[in-house]
Amino acid sequence: MASRSRTLYEKIWDSHVVERRDDGTCLIYIDRHLVHEVTSPQAFEGLRAAGRRVRRPDLTLAVPDHNLPTAARVDGAGRPLPIADAESAEQLAALARNTAEFGIDYIDALAPEQGIVHVVGPELGFTLPGTTLVCGDSHTSAHGALGALAFGIGTSEVEHVLATQTLLLTPSKTMEVRVDGSLGFGVTAKDVILSIIGRIGAAGGTGHVFEFTGSVIRALSIEGRLTVANMSIEGGARAGLIAPDETTFAYLQGRPMAPTGAEWDQAVAWWRTLASDAGAAYDARVVLDATDIAPALTWGTSPEDVVSITGSVPDPASFSDPSKQAAARKSLDYMGLTAGTRMQDVAVQHVFIGSCTNSRIEDLRAAASVASGRRVADGVRALVVPGSGLVKRQAEAEGLDRIFTSAGFEWREPGCSMCLAMNPDKVPPGERCASTSNRNFVGRQGPGARTHLVSPAMAAAAAVTGRLADVRDLMEEAL
Amino acid sequence: MQPVSAVSGQAYPWGAKNVDTDVIIPAHWLKTISRAGLGRGAFETVRAVPGNIFDDERYAGSPILIAGDNFGCGSSREHAAWALGDMGVKAVIAPSFSDIFSGNAFKNGIVTVVLPQEAIDRLIAVAGEGQPITVDLETMTVTTPYQDRFAFALDSFRRRCLTEGLDEIGLTLARDTQIAQFESAMAEHRPWTEKRSGYAGGVVEGRRAS
Ligand code: SF4
Repeated sequence: MASRSRTLYEKIWDSHVVERRDDGTCLIYIDRHLVHEVTSPQAFEGLRAAGRRVRRPDLTLAVPDHNLPTAARVDGAGRPLPIADAESAEQLAALARNTAEFGIDYIDALAPEQGIVHVVGPELGFTLPGTTLVCGDSHTSAHGALGALAFGIGTSEVEHVLATQTLLLTPSKTMEVRVDGSLGFGVTAKDVILSIIGRIGAAGGTGHVFEFTGSVIRALSIEGRLTVANMSIEGGARAGLIAPDETTFAYLQGRPMAPTGAEWDQAVAWWRTLASDAGAAYDARVVLDATDIAPALTWGTSPEDVVSITGSVPDPASFSDPSKQAAARKSLDYMGLTAGTRMQDVAVQHVFIGSCTNSRIEDLRAAASVASGRRVADGVRALVVPGSGLVKRQAEAEGLDRIFTSAGFEWREPGCSMCLAMNPDKVPPGERCASTSNRNFVGRQGPGARTHLVSPAMAAAAAVTGRLADVRDLMEEAL
Repeated sequence: MQPVSAVSGQAYPWGAKNVDTDVIIPAHWLKTISRAGLGRGAFETVRAVPGNIFDDERYAGSPILIAGDNFGCGSSREHAAWALGDMGVKAVIAPSFSDIFSGNAFKNGIVTVVLPQEAIDRLIAVAGEGQPITVDLETMTVTTPYQDRFAFALDSFRRRCLTEGLDEIGLTLARDTQIAQFESAMAEHRPWTEKRSGYAGGVVEGRRAS
């Protein structure tokens, strides 16, 4: 059948339509479902109340991450340690109970594969190109890095997927986000996505699915692509896609849940057809040039509040929109910052290297290369939290843990940790954190906590200097 | 789900933009395994400030909330919709909503009404005087006692689910034959999406710094 030019998004969508309604809404088949402890208990409760079963337990994978403390999980004799917070313990126990009752694969807190859902899915090969993948978590957009149509859903939708393996969806609009050129010295995937969000705004992608294209995206590793796609949601888009290519196939081949043998070849052949056709139309397009992207960070309480590390805290009066002016004044008040202050003069008390945005092996390597031979500044607490047990094991095999601990960083067990104030890792009120996570919202890292989003290398630079620092200065020093 | 055909009453004339779900319900309230009782945590950080709109006696218990652009952005937590419902909010009116939030709200019988900023400004003025506002799903309008009449759009499926109180899972389960057909086609054409060999033995390699 001769068909019109289609985007990657349209191809994945079209290949998952179970039924199309007259109003354009489609019943879409869901290939992969990740479950964690926070957004699933009420869904299982709903199934039980209605006497429903899980249609395809084999397509679902559960792993605890949000609540789990990142302190040691076993005592000296290898016995599991209890979780002090009773509500967290109950929520974690509910996940174990529910997955056993409904026959769902469950990676428990002590398994070497445990980690943040969005780190675990790709590294096990659970996430595959051309699949539809959902999770009750907005950063599910991360999996789009592998060319999966992946997005966050609410708990009622979790229940709907568990019961029917489908979702009723209206097609999104598409936005091409193209980044041309090649990245400068010291500039990383995190700086790319922060710069994109700074450009289009936190609501810039609302109603759209991003497709990241251009030479900068092509040159990124899968780890870097995951960082970019992860924060699509901070630009308002529910999902962000990157067309699968040789980098993707090389990353996936041999992963435990990836196809093998003849099926692998068959899969790769189909995956190759998924890239957007020449001439396919997007509903919107934004183009960035890599030469305009410097190491970036946030100054305010929205991920769109982005500035270069060589810049200063903006003057609220400099925004043309009066409501943005008011929001900026409120942000600066919350952040304890004065307009005009150089970002590099801002002192930090906390550094968090972790989260589903930046806790993979390359992130830890980048941070370790800055930390190596230096010391965490006085008065700074710095945490390194690997995204999964497998990342942790790999990092330890490379000696990264010793680089961190001898520099005065804490080396923790995998989990969401200080990304959100749900487990014991919190930033105290009024204190400031350079964080590799994805949200600088009011109270996100703890009530009254002040967050600056940065790349792993920039976070390490902040840890060793005690302030928001330009990592390029430290990298040059090391040359 | 209870059918809703109209929401009528006082409104919180708030208008704040980019209200994220961490503001609607902070993360430490998410450690629950039930849907009920989250109203106590709703807007906790806003309410910590004296003179806030949610503790203003004039608006207490309002069924309508008026907000600014991008309401419900951030985390996908459905707890935000449960918290709003638990505090008695049945409709939110804003110039735009995050996609995930409006889906969650709808599934809990909370109507999200998109109106242009001018209409929002007018409704904030009306609600600020303590006058009632009506969101009508039959006529698809928002009206005030001053003859203001703002038409809004809502997709027909959502509207029907809301007005008839339909259970979406039940509706989809009725399509079992179609779903099963899709699954057999998948097994034939994309067999690799069917199977998984288990998760043990994973490694992470990553790219080396050059
Ligand atoms: S690391 Fe943070 S953003 Fe990622 S899943 Fe966990 S809480 Fe969500």
